[in-house]
Amino acid sequence: MINAYTYNTLVLIKELCNGCRMCYYVCPHGVFKLNGKVIDIIKKEDCMECGACQLNCPTKAITVDSGVGCATAMFVASLKRKKEPACS
Amino acid sequence: MIGKIEYIQNVTSELTFSNYLDHFIARIGIKRDKHLVPPGLYKIGNPSSDSNVFVTANYTLSFDALRSSLKGIDGYILVLDTKGINVWCAAGKGTFGTDELVKKIKESELEKIVDHRKIILPQLGGPGVAAHEVKNQTGFRVLYGPVLAKDLPEYLKNNKATPEMRSVNFRLKDRLILIPVEIVGMLLPLILIGTILYFTLGILPSLAFSSSILAGVVLFPILLPWLPTPNFSTKGFILGGIVAIIFGILNIVINNYSSLVFLTLTTLVVLLVIPSVTAFLSLNFTGATTFTSKSGVKKEIYTFFPKMVWMFAGGIIFFIGSILYKILI
Repeated sequence: MINAYTYNTLVLIKELCNGCRMCYYVCPHGVFKLNGKVIDIIKKEDCMECGACQLNCPTKAITVDSGVGCATAMFVASLKRKKEPACS
Repeated sequence: MIGKIEYIQNVTSELTFSNYLDHFIARIGIKRDKHLVPPGLYKIGNPSSDSNVFVTANYTLSFDALRSSLKGIDGYILVLDTKGINVWCAAGKGTFGTDELVKKIKESELEKIVDHRKIILPQLGGPGVAAHEVKNQTGFRVLYGPVLAKDLPEYLKNNKATPEMRSVNFRLKDRLILIPVEIVGMLLPLILIGTILYFTLGILPSLAFSSSILAGVVLFPILLPWLPTPNFSTKGFILGGIVAIIFGILNIVINNYSSLVFLTLTTLVVLLVIPSVTAFLSLNFTGATTFTSKSGVKKEIYTFFPKMVWMFAGGIIFFIGSILYKILI
């Protein structure tokens, strides 16, 4: 049985992290934890790709291909030939 | 300066009957984009220039959740124009975003109203607001408060949210409250096809079809965490499969006078159509949850949607076959 939710696009470049903890504050699923002076990803599989960490990272240490995890939006977007699925 | 403050509209933390009625109407999906609060700055209690500023969306459910959580707390509420969409969804769309927040801070001349330079945002505004950008453009430091407004009083004690306050849950009551909107969304096919089936083929086909939909929009949200397998589609196949087996048995028991060919055809219809419909609706529930990722849902669609289509198409072929058999033989 495959699990569609084991893979996601969250990437942290630790060398760029300044330890400001903003990603830790905005993450709704406890994906990050402060480890000494920099952030660690402790639960990558819980990431829902909402993009809050990436947007709030002042040093661009985090990248994630964010978007809506919504099948309806994806079906609607493909029917209307839209590039990026979004809530209607 | 004092003059300006007097112009700001005052709100209370009390919710009235008409507020609750408005929430109820929103929850059953009526006038979904019409539950609006005029954007701008509001006072709650008796704020001074040291009081906190709380930011929210111009959706009544968001605004009322915030103000009703601020009982006995003096402060300002800055309402962004999110077109009547809640904070998290609006943040995802970008309307609860950096640009709108900066615009509202400037429009309301917040720097003249409060002496401090910090504003408290709901944590779920994060996908739309770049805190460091807001600071650069306005001088105001964004503090991300808890996910839920109800945790604000606890948060305000030491400006700290516990890991629990920072986590989004999807508990039974969070799922139950979504069911009315889910039903309303499927009401048209439910009534239309259900009625047509009832008057053409009878009660059992009508009930079987309605059950495939209700399993997807009522049972699925309730049973979500307890259904085995990690994917919404496979959970839906399992739930729909159970419903299908029940109707398959009912079909054989009730129509036992029919020929073996007819019973086989109709049972195949039930076993193919019901799971595919329920699984499709289950897959579509991903957008209502608080945890599915774009990558995951995409993967689900590529893996399982073709299977749903083939099952459904097969079921329809057997359905036509069963009708032709009945007419011809």
